[in-house]
Amino acid sequence: MTLKTFKLGGIHPPEHKISAGKAIELMPIPTQVSIPLGQVLGVPSIPIVKRGDQVQVGQLIGKGEAFISAQVHSSVSGKVLKVDGVPDSSGYRRNAVLIEVEGDDWTDGIDRSTELNRNIRELTQSDIIEKIKSSGIVGLGGATFPSHVKLMVPKGKVAEVLLINGVECEPYLTSDHRLMLERGEELLVGCQILMKGLGVDRAIIGIENNKMDAIDHLASLIADYPGISIQALKVQYPQGGEKQLIKACINREVPSGKLPIEVGAVVNNVGTAFAVYEAVQKNKPLIERIVTVAGKSLMESANFQVRIGTPISQLIEKVGGLPEDTGKVISGGPMMGKALNSLEVPVVKGTSGILIMNAKEAKRSRAVNCIRCGKCTAVCPMGLEPFYLAQLAKYEDYSGCEKNRIMDCIECGSCMYTCPSYRPLLDYIRLGKTQVGKLMRSRQN
Amino acid sequence: MNEIILYAVISLGAIGVIAAIILFFVAQKFKVIEDPRIDEVEEVLPAANCGGCGFAGCRNFAEEIVKAENMEGFNCPVGGADLMTDIGQALGLEADLKDPEIAVLRCNGSCEHSPQKVQYDGVKSCFVANALFSGEGGCAYGCLGCGDCVEACDFDAMYMDEQTGLPVVKDNCNACGACVKACPRNILELRPRGKKDRRIFVACMNEEKAIPAKANCSVTCTACRKCEKVCKFDAIKIENFLAYIDPHKCTLCRKCAPECETNTIWEVNFRPRKERPAVKEQTVPDKIAEKPDSANPLTKKDEKSDTAVKDASSESKGEAKTDKQV
Amino acid sequence: MSGNILTVSPSPHMHGNQNVPKIMWGVIYAMIPALLVSIYFFGLEALRVTLIAVAACVLFEFLIQKYLIKGMTTIGDGSAIITGILIAFNVPSDLPWWIVIIGSLVAIGMGKMSFGGLGKNPFNPALVGRVFLLISFPVQMTSWPVVNPLFSGKLVDASTGPTPLAIMKEGLANGETVTALKTQIPEYMDLLMGNMGGSLGEVSAIALFLGALFMLFRKIISWHIPVSYIASVIIFSGILWLINPEQYVDPLFHLITGGLMLGVFFMATDMVTSPMAGKGQIIFGLGCGVLTILIRVFGAYPEGVSFAILIMNAFVPLINRGFKPVRFGEKINI
Repeated sequence: MTLKTFKLGGIHPPEHKISAGKAIELMPIPTQVSIPLGQVLGVPSIPIVKRGDQVQVGQLIGKGEAFISAQVHSSVSGKVLKVDGVPDSSGYRRNAVLIEVEGDDWTDGIDRSTELNRNIRELTQSDIIEKIKSSGIVGLGGATFPSHVKLMVPKGKVAEVLLINGVECEPYLTSDHRLMLERGEELLVGCQILMKGLGVDRAIIGIENNKMDAIDHLASLIADYPGISIQALKVQYPQGGEKQLIKACINREVPSGKLPIEVGAVVNNVGTAFAVYEAVQKNKPLIERIVTVAGKSLMESANFQVRIGTPISQLIEKVGGLPEDTGKVISGGPMMGKALNSLEVPVVKGTSGILIMNAKEAKRSRAVNCIRCGKCTAVCPMGLEPFYLAQLAKYEDYSGCEKNRIMDCIECGSCMYTCPSYRPLLDYIRLGKTQVGKLMRSRQN
Repeated sequence: MNEIILYAVISLGAIGVIAAIILFFVAQKFKVIEDPRIDEVEEVLPAANCGGCGFAGCRNFAEEIVKAENMEGFNCPVGGADLMTDIGQALGLEADLKDPEIAVLRCNGSCEHSPQKVQYDGVKSCFVANALFSGEGGCAYGCLGCGDCVEACDFDAMYMDEQTGLPVVKDNCNACGACVKACPRNILELRPRGKKDRRIFVACMNEEKAIPAKANCSVTCTACRKCEKVCKFDAIKIENFLAYIDPHKCTLCRKCAPECETNTIWEVNFRPRKERPAVKEQTVPDKIAEKPDSANPLTKKDEKSDTAVKDASSESKGEAKTDKQV
Repeated sequence: MSGNILTVSPSPHMHGNQNVPKIMWGVIYAMIPALLVSIYFFGLEALRVTLIAVAACVLFEFLIQKYLIKGMTTIGDGSAIITGILIAFNVPSDLPWWIVIIGSLVAIGMGKMSFGGLGKNPFNPALVGRVFLLISFPVQMTSWPVVNPLFSGKLVDASTGPTPLAIMKEGLANGETVTALKTQIPEYMDLLMGNMGGSLGEVSAIALFLGALFMLFRKIISWHIPVSYIASVIIFSGILWLINPEQYVDPLFHLITGGLMLGVFFMATDMVTSPMAGKGQIIFGLGCGVLTILIRVFGAYPEGVSFAILIMNAFVPLINRGFKPVRFGEKINI
C-alpha cells in the first residue's frame, strides 16, 4: 500500500497516543447534566422544554430552526431543573438545559441492541438526510458543522467522492482510533449510508499509518462494502484538516475561501459516520460520544463512551482525579484544543478528548525577537506567511492581512509549534481573522 | 583648470535658473485655491490628530468646519469649549458647546474584589483575551486588564495600576474616545466631567443576575433597585440587571451611593461625608477618601494623579488635601 | 480537585523542541571542524584571533544591551558567539588584536545592535565588520600568512603570500593565461583540504561542508540557498569558462577557493538576513552567486563573496515582498 500525504508544510509533533490500547469504557450516567443548546457551528437551538418538565433519553429538547443549526436531544431521563445561561468552556454564559437524572428511561423506538443492521436498501436519499437532521448529528471531529447540511450538495456542484476522516492527527487523542477498532462494521455501514445520502459510489477512509491495527481491521472488513477503500497516510500534522485530507487522498486542492464540494469531495469524521449509523439504523439520536481522557501526569488514560452533558470533572474523577501539579485542562487535542476555564463544563458533541497538562507543560515560554528563520512559512500547510500576518495584525493593518490571505488560515498552530522564538503568532493571526471577518461583513452590508 | 570650474558653475547656474522658471509657471498653473480660514482654524487646533472629533485628523476637521454652515456636531474634545468659541468667532458661527467630558472606568473588578480563578497566558491584548475566555476573575463583563485602552491613549492620560490590575484614567483625559473604542467590553464610558469635576457613576457593567454576578466579584451591581428608589430625579435606571446613572439628570445629590450595598456607585472628587449611617461607617469614608479622580478606591494616590489634581481648580485642590487627611 | 489555578491560553498548547539558543549553538558546533582545520594550518594564532573576536562580540553585545538599550540581555542565545567566530573566520590569522576588536565592535554595534538586536538587522553583522575592516585596513586585511601546518617542522617566520584568487586576478590582469597561472597555485586537492593562503576559516572547503551537513541534518538551514548559490556560481562561471578557458578560470576553482564555501553555508544562510520563503531563498542564492562571480571576474577586488551577500541582504525585503510562498489551493488540479 502506498502511503500518501499532503505536500505543503506540515509538522511532526510527538504522538503521545498513550490511550491507544485502552478499550472504550462506558461512563456511568451522572446525577445531573447540562446540555448546551449551542453545540453546533451555527445558530444555537431554541429550547422546547421548560423548568419542571420530565424528559426521556433521546427526547428532543432543543430545536434547530435555522438552516445551519442542529437539533439537541436529552441524553438522560429526568426532570428539567432550568433552562438558563451556564458558563461554557470559555466562561461565557450560554443557554443550556440542566436536567436532574432520574433513572434511565429511553424514548420508544430507539433500538438499543448491539446487533448489526446492514440493510440500507429501502432508504432513500431524502430519508437519510431527514434522519440525520432530526438526530442532531454534527461533525464530531471538533468543528461541529451540521452533517445534514454537508450532504445537501448545492446546485451546480457535483459530489464525486466521500472522504471519511480517520486521521486523528492530534497528539494524545485516540477516540477515533478506538472507534475504528471496536465499531468497524457499524462505521462502514454508516459510511455506506452517507454515500447513499450524498449520491456517490466511492468513499475513501483516510487513516494515518500510526494506526496500523485500525487500517488492517477495516481492510479485512471492506470486502463486503463495495465502493469503500482505505487509504493509509503518512503521519503528518495537520492531515486531519479537511483541505489537507482532500489533498492527501485525492490530490485536489480546495481553492481559497471555497468549500470541499468545489472539488467534488465531502469530508466526514469516522465518529460522524458511526453516529449516522446509529441514527439511521437504530433510530438513536446523537446523545453519546467517545471521549479520550489522557495526560502524562494522569494515573491512567482512558477512552470513555459518555453521555452528552456529563461534567468533565466526572471524567477526570474516573481516571483517578486531577493530579496536584495540573496547569491546564484542554478540551480537544493539544494543537487545536481549547483550554478550559473550569472543570464543571459539560462534554458536548464536539469534545473529542480531555487532556491534562502539568504546570510545566502548560506554561508558554517567553517570546523573544523573531529571527526571521522562515520556519513558520515552511511548515504552514496553507502556504501562508504566519510571521508576516501576525505582524500585520499586531499593527492593525487588516486590509494587508486580507491581501495576504489571512482568512485561509486553518488555525492548526503549526507555525507557533515550530517557532524557535516562541512568538504568539496564532494569537495575533486569530485577532486579524476576526477583524478581517468584520471588515468583510461590513463590506457586504 | 579654471576653465573647467567656470564651465561647471555656468552650466549648473543655467540649469538652476531654467528649473526655477519652470517651477514658477507650474506652481502658477497648478495652484490650489484654498480657503485661508482652513489654515487659520488648523493653527488653533491641538494638532493631536486623535480623531476624537470624529474626523480624520485636525486638518480634516478644519476643512469640514469651514465648509459647514453651522457648528452643530463639530466639537474638539481636546480643545474644549474655549477653543470652540474661538473658532466660532473666527468663522462667525455659533459654537455648539458641549460639556467637557472624561473617560470613566465602569469596572472595579480588581484582584481583591474579583479573585483570580484562572490564569491567562497569552498575548497581552484584551481583544485576544476577550475572544478566548471570560476573564481571570470569571466576570464576562469586567475589565480584562491587558491594557488595550492604555495602549490606545495618545495623551498619556491612562496607566495600568499594578496593584489592582485595572487601568486608571488621569485627570488630563481629553475625552477623545480612543480608549472607549479600544475596549472590547465597552467598560469605558465618556461622561460629563460634572460640576467642579464631581461625578457619580456605577462602576459595573455586569448584566448577570445577582447570585452569579456576586460569585465572581464582590463589588458588582446586583440590581437591588435601592438606588433607583432613592433617586428623586429619575436619573437611575435599571436595565438588564444593571443600574445606570444618567449624567444629564443626576444632580449629584449623593443619595444613592450610601444605599448601594456592594459599593458599586462611585463618587468622585466630593468632600468626605459628615454624617454617615452607622452600618456604612467603615466602608464609605474609605471609598470616598481614596478616590480623588476616577481612580480605584484601593489605590493610594501616586505621583501622577497628584499632579493631575493640582492642575484642576483650586477648590478641588483643597478637597484633595482633605481627602488625604481622612 | 486540587486548589491550583488553571492556565488558560489560546491553542496550540504544545511547542516543538526548536528554540533560538539551540539553533545558534547548532551553528557554533557546525563551525568547529573549520576552526580545527584553521588551527592546524595557521597555528595557535588562529585560535587567538577567534577567541579575541568571540570575547569582544559577547562583551560588546552585553554592554550595549545593558547600558544603551537597557533591555534584557540575550547573550546567552549564542548569536554573538557566532558573529565573533565568523569575524575571525573572515580575517587573516595574523591580524593585530586591536583590529579584531574594532571589527567586533562594528559588527555588533553597527551591524546588529543599532537595528535593535538579533532578528532586526538587515545585514549580516559579521560581514559588516569584515567589510568595514577590509576598507579601513586594506593592508593588514590582505596580507595572508603562508600556511604553516602544525607539527610540519617548518619554522617559517610570519611570512605572507597572496591567496590563489589574488594570484589569478593579478595574473589575468597582467595578460597571463589561466594555464600559466595554475602552476603558481596549489593543487586542487590541497585547495579542497585548505592548504592555501587566506582568511583563517575559509580555507578548507571540506571542513565547511561537513559543518553544513550537520546543519542540514539538524534542520538549521534548508537546501535552498546553498544549492542555488553554488548552482549559479557553477553556471555563470561555467559559461565564462566555456567562452574562453584561458581568460576565465573553471567553475571548480571558483568553488573551492576564497570564502565561497564559508559564505554559502554560514553567511548567506543566516536566518535573519535571508528571505523567508523557499522561492525567495532560491532567488537570493542565485543573486549571490552571480554577484560573486561578477565581482571576482570583473570587479576590483579578487574576492566578492562578502559584497555579494551584503548586496543581496539589501534586496531581502524586496524579495520577501515579491516572492510569496506557494499558497494552498492556488492551482486547481482536477
